[in-house]
Amino acid sequence: MTRDDVRNAVIGILTDIAPDEDFDALKDEEKLRDQFDLDSMDFLDIVMELRKRYNIEVPEADYEQLVTMTSCIDYLQPLLKNQQMAS
Amino acid sequence: MARNWLKGAQTRYDSVVIGSGLAGMTAANMLAKAGHSVLLLEQHYNFGGLATWFKRKGGHILDISLHGFPIGMIKTCRKYWSKEIADSIVRLQGVRFDNPQFTFSTTFDKIDFTNIMRERFGVLKEVIDDFFVTAREMNFYDNLSMTTRDLFEKFFPGRTDIHRLLMEPITYANGSTLDDPAVTYGIVFSNFMDKGVYTFKGGTDALVKKMKKEMLKNGVDIRNHCLVDKILVEDKKTRGVRVNGREIESDVVLSNSSLPATIHKLTGDEHFSPEFLEEARKVRMNNSSCQVYMGIKKGEKIDYTGDLLFTSVTDEFSAKKLCDKNVTSRTFSFYYPEIRPGTNQYSIVSSTNANFEDWANLTEEEYLKEKDKLIESTLTALEKYVPDIRSKVDHVEASTPKTFKRYTMHTRGSSFGTKFEGLKISKELPEQIAGLFHTGSVGIIMSGWLGAANYGVIVSNEVDRFLRKVKSERLETVSV
Ligand SMILES: Cc1cc2nc3c(=O)[nH]c(=O)nc-3n(C[C@H](O)[C@H](O)[C@H](O)COP(=O)(O)OP(=O)(O)OC[C@H]3O[C@@H](n4cnc5c(N)ncnc54)[C@H](O)[C@@H]3O)c2cc1C
Repeated sequence: MTRDDVRNAVIGILTDIAPDEDFDALKDEEKLRDQFDLDSMDFLDIVMELRKRYNIEVPEADYEQLVTMTSCIDYLQPLLKNQQMAS
Repeated sequence: MARNWLKGAQTRYDSVVIGSGLAGMTAANMLAKAGHSVLLLEQHYNFGGLATWFKRKGGHILDISLHGFPIGMIKTCRKYWSKEIADSIVRLQGVRFDNPQFTFSTTFDKIDFTNIMRERFGVLKEVIDDFFVTAREMNFYDNLSMTTRDLFEKFFPGRTDIHRLLMEPITYANGSTLDDPAVTYGIVFSNFMDKGVYTFKGGTDALVKKMKKEMLKNGVDIRNHCLVDKILVEDKKTRGVRVNGREIESDVVLSNSSLPATIHKLTGDEHFSPEFLEEARKVRMNNSSCQVYMGIKKGEKIDYTGDLLFTSVTDEFSAKKLCDKNVTSRTFSFYYPEIRPGTNQYSIVSSTNANFEDWANLTEEEYLKEKDKLIESTLTALEKYVPDIRSKVDHVEASTPKTFKRYTMHTRGSSFGTKFEGLKISKELPEQIAGLFHTGSVGIIMSGWLGAANYGVIVSNEVDRFLRKVKSERLETVSV
């Protein structure tokens, strides 16, 4: 996956977790929590979905890596680089 | 011969869940959805744990813990159960306070609390806003030595009336006091006293029925009348449970039984490290409860005066007095027919916090006498709000800490699990024994319907991670 693919993968997960939010206007450098109505359970959902869809583990100590879209991509891309986009 | 409640059960499952409280059921549902085989064992005939109800002659259905929960339950039900369940959650219209310090109704949200605190209590808006923000931003990593009392004194020094307004509903909701860590208060307050109080249309029975349906759809094997008396451990690993005289194998045992019972009774001290045990023994339980259930005669009506009523005749808030057998403070829940569409019946439930010790050591005769006294004093207290209550009611009964203990088997009949330190112990179980997990009311923040359900999800995530690892290791061994 390229950085763009990873970004799309994360958006895909976010859209399922928070269907009422509009992620088109997402700013990659800003905290996700400041832009959208997301709580700690939503972040846990991201972790669970990453495991389910892409078979990758985010240990609890690394949850803070998911704070902005850019940090998500930085953290996840190396883990996902050998994978195809889930359909 | 006694009926075989395990008829047709398999000899092994990926996971066995002990107890069907909201945490246990939510975890079981999540695990099944993640593709693991799950056996859910409940010792009672009803599923739901403290999320329960009972029926009495005269068409009465009486709810135990449906006084109200935070808005977050909608999202939790939508994400981890079903849209149908989430769609039955509705907001309560009005909450009333009546005590020597203040009397008013509120919609129980940030806007209304802000107005009330400005207009009635004369607090500056900036201070109130700052308090809401501070409470919301509290998290685990905060200084734990700050108590809720410190927090209140910082924002509203000497204002016992405001302390009461901010604390009393939370003490009823989870048994916490001014001496508990402020972080527990901040988290619960931000969930609870921010966007209103919610309830489940159809009643607790409808909720549990829907959850059962959902679990069956997802393949959970659910069994009632199944008392687990032993968690089987070998070489620091769980290998299953003993239930109704039968052993069932599993890679994971997830206990929704009370935390001390899970460690000391079901598993056994011999399996834990001395350091862990020493810490586990220090875990304190929250208080228990007394309730008085009043079923209103068919055809009689109660005028709408609000859904929840927090009453007290004591001068100031005191968590200790809230548990006193000589009751001075009560929460009344009014259940109107709208809650169970089509039934056209009313009921009122009075709840008080209570100490297990005050009730556990009475003789049978004293116990019954005390229960009658509780019923009488409750009806008298209620007359202030519903003057003709005695002529409208046709079923009254009371429950005590002994009742809660009997039905849930919780240590000291605890209504709201453990104090803060219990969370750490609950989370560390799998480090002591591989495959052994705990979920359910712990740490104050993981209690109540929402806290328990969310903790079920949090632990199911850990269990899923563990089971995937076990399964992939097993595959590797097979292919070698
Ligand atoms: C009087 C009262 C009023 C409340 N009001 C509210 C309210 O208005 N709003 C709110 O949000 N919360 C309320 N609560 C709190 C809320 O009900 C609980 O926090 C929540 O339901 C607890 O869920 P749980 O998963 O921790 O487990 P529990 O509900 O405690 O369930 C544990 C289950 O495990 C079973 N079990 C235990 N040991 C075994 C064993 N060895 N084998 C098989 N089964 C076993 C028990 O039978 C039980 O069914 C109230 C609680 C009480 C007591």
